Amino acid sequence: MPKITYIEHNGKEHTIEAAVGQTVMEGAVKHAIPGIDADCGGACACATCHVYVDPAWADKTGKPGGMEQSMLDFANDVEPTSRLSCQIKVTAELDGLVVRMPPSQH
Amino acid sequence: MTQAVERVVIIGAGQAGGEAALRLRAGGFEGAVTVIGEEPLPPYQRPPLSKKYLSGEWDQDRLLLRDREAYAQEKLVLRLGAAATAIDRAAKTVRTDDGQDIAYDALILATGSRARALPVPGADLPGVFRLRTAADVDAIRAWIRPRARLAVIGAGYIGLEAAAVARGLGLEVAVIEAAPRPLSRVTSPEVSAFFLERHTAEGVTFALSAQAAFIAGDHHVESVGLKDGSEVAADLVLVGVGVLPEMGLAQAAGLKTEDGILTDADTRTSDPAIFAIGDCARRPISFYGGRLCRLESVHNAIEGAKLAAAAILKASPPALEAPWFWSDQYDLKLQIAGLFQGYDRLVLRGEPGPQGFAAFYFAGDKLIAVDAVNRPAEFLGAKQLIQRGQTVAFERLQDMSVPMKEIVAQARPLS
Ligand SMILES: Cc1cc2nc3c(=O)[nH]c(=O)nc-3n(C[C@H](O)[C@H](O)[C@H](O)COP(=O)(O)OP(=O)(O)OC[C@H]3O[C@@H](n4cnc5c(N)ncnc54)[C@H](O)[C@@H]3O)c2cc1C
Ligand code: FES
Repeated sequence: MPKITYIEHNGKEHTIEAAVGQTVMEGAVKHAIPGIDADCGGACACATCHVYVDPAWADKTGKPGGMEQSMLDFANDVEPTSRLSCQIKVTAELDGLVVRMPPSQH
Repeated sequence: MTQAVERVVIIGAGQAGGEAALRLRAGGFEGAVTVIGEEPLPPYQRPPLSKKYLSGEWDQDRLLLRDREAYAQEKLVLRLGAAATAIDRAAKTVRTDDGQDIAYDALILATGSRARALPVPGADLPGVFRLRTAADVDAIRAWIRPRARLAVIGAGYIGLEAAAVARGLGLEVAVIEAAPRPLSRVTSPEVSAFFLERHTAEGVTFALSAQAAFIAGDHHVESVGLKDGSEVAADLVLVGVGVLPEMGLAQAAGLKTEDGILTDADTRTSDPAIFAIGDCARRPISFYGGRLCRLESVHNAIEGAKLAAAAILKASPPALEAPWFWSDQYDLKLQIAGLFQGYDRLVLRGEPGPQGFAAFYFAGDKLIAVDAVNRPAEFLGAKQLIQRGQTVAFERLQDMSVPMKEIVAQARPLS
């Protein structure tokens, strides 16, 4: 299973194995990794699963879709590689992915 | 509560109960936390039940709020398949159906709500379902066949979401609704009309201003009889006529209730050691002048959990959000912020259509709510405005050439 590393805003790292077909959001939430709230559970309805994709991985994760971008426009502390992690599907190519958490989701 | 809280008991292992347990730990609580839940599953999300779980796209594990192991890791005790049967407020204990008494210093009631039953003959025939739990959906799915005829009684969000999923699975769908329009309790006639039109275009038929009088069938459901004498043929029936707060335990224990367990803004009930959160509770909502609201939403479940955990930990309360909700039907994502009840003006941004639009609700010049269809910016923008107590001119919203972000940036405080 692909490994994903989540880095909390305070620098604490968590590396877990995520199932292919899950989302990057689910990998964190199901393992109770703090920093991603994901209030809507992945419905692209809440914008509380914001992460910064490590720039080295930004090409592989791709760009946000239209709805996702509109949501990100209203998130706090947005950076060029910001994504909603519930919209990134875990694939074999993402083995080793690193994402960082923003200061807060609300 | 003057003494330190060492033991927290939570009744109900749904979204609110599960979140509350996790928030207590996240907030540094080191005492014992016991969550008592009637259902066999650990805390799970209900929204996908009428969406991706009904369609078969998601399996049961994906519904879970956290992996099963996460609770043990956090030293949270889940007692699943166990019902709380009584609260002894003097002794501060909760009795479970296996006869045990569990002591608490603080008790959180997160008992949710239950599907309202349809009081008509035949409502207990095989093939008649409600949609509240994962088990309900498993039962429905066992009856689903392509071209089967589904009658949905009640055109609320859950009924319409199920109708949309059923069309996608190849069923024939008829919706029976007592009100003259779908979604009549939750949105404006304009937004109702839009959803009615879309469902009709997808092949769903509607009987509006129509009341189910009986459900007929020999060994299983065969039709729904309406009060006007007509019949709707059906192989399966979904009853979605709303929910009732689950507050029997609270009432038996003498807590104040009125369409929900009454609480203060911190979610504390009339007993200071007992809190109530989620669908079962009714609390004042600050953005609406402290109006007492019983909300049935994920937002409310999570916010209640945060508030109760903060109150128990004597921590500063979380930042409050304007109530929000969503509904997925076909490729339409409806996002709602605020409470639309009592609006006197509706302002449309964009024409209702597949490209998306938003309906903003005002009371006087106060923006109180938005229904945004495939328009996340309008949803999040309006939510921020409500939270900040700001408003905007009607004409600004109608001007599609100005991005929502800009409109929000130039908003003004309420006079
Ligand atoms: C099909 C469906 C679709 C939905 N879609 C959306 C949506 O898109 N967006 C949204 O925001 N909201 C949606 N909701 C609403 C949302 O899921 C609820 O508001 C939320 O689940 C409420 O959480 P809760 O913990 O208060 O109650 P629940 O999730 O109902 O949990 C309460 C739990 O307590 C247990 N319980 C009750 N009494 C006892 C007892 N005496 N002893 C032990 N256990 C007990 C119950 O068995 C239940 O498991 C939907 C709900 C349904 C049913
Ligand atoms: S989890 Fe809600 S938008 Fe990603």
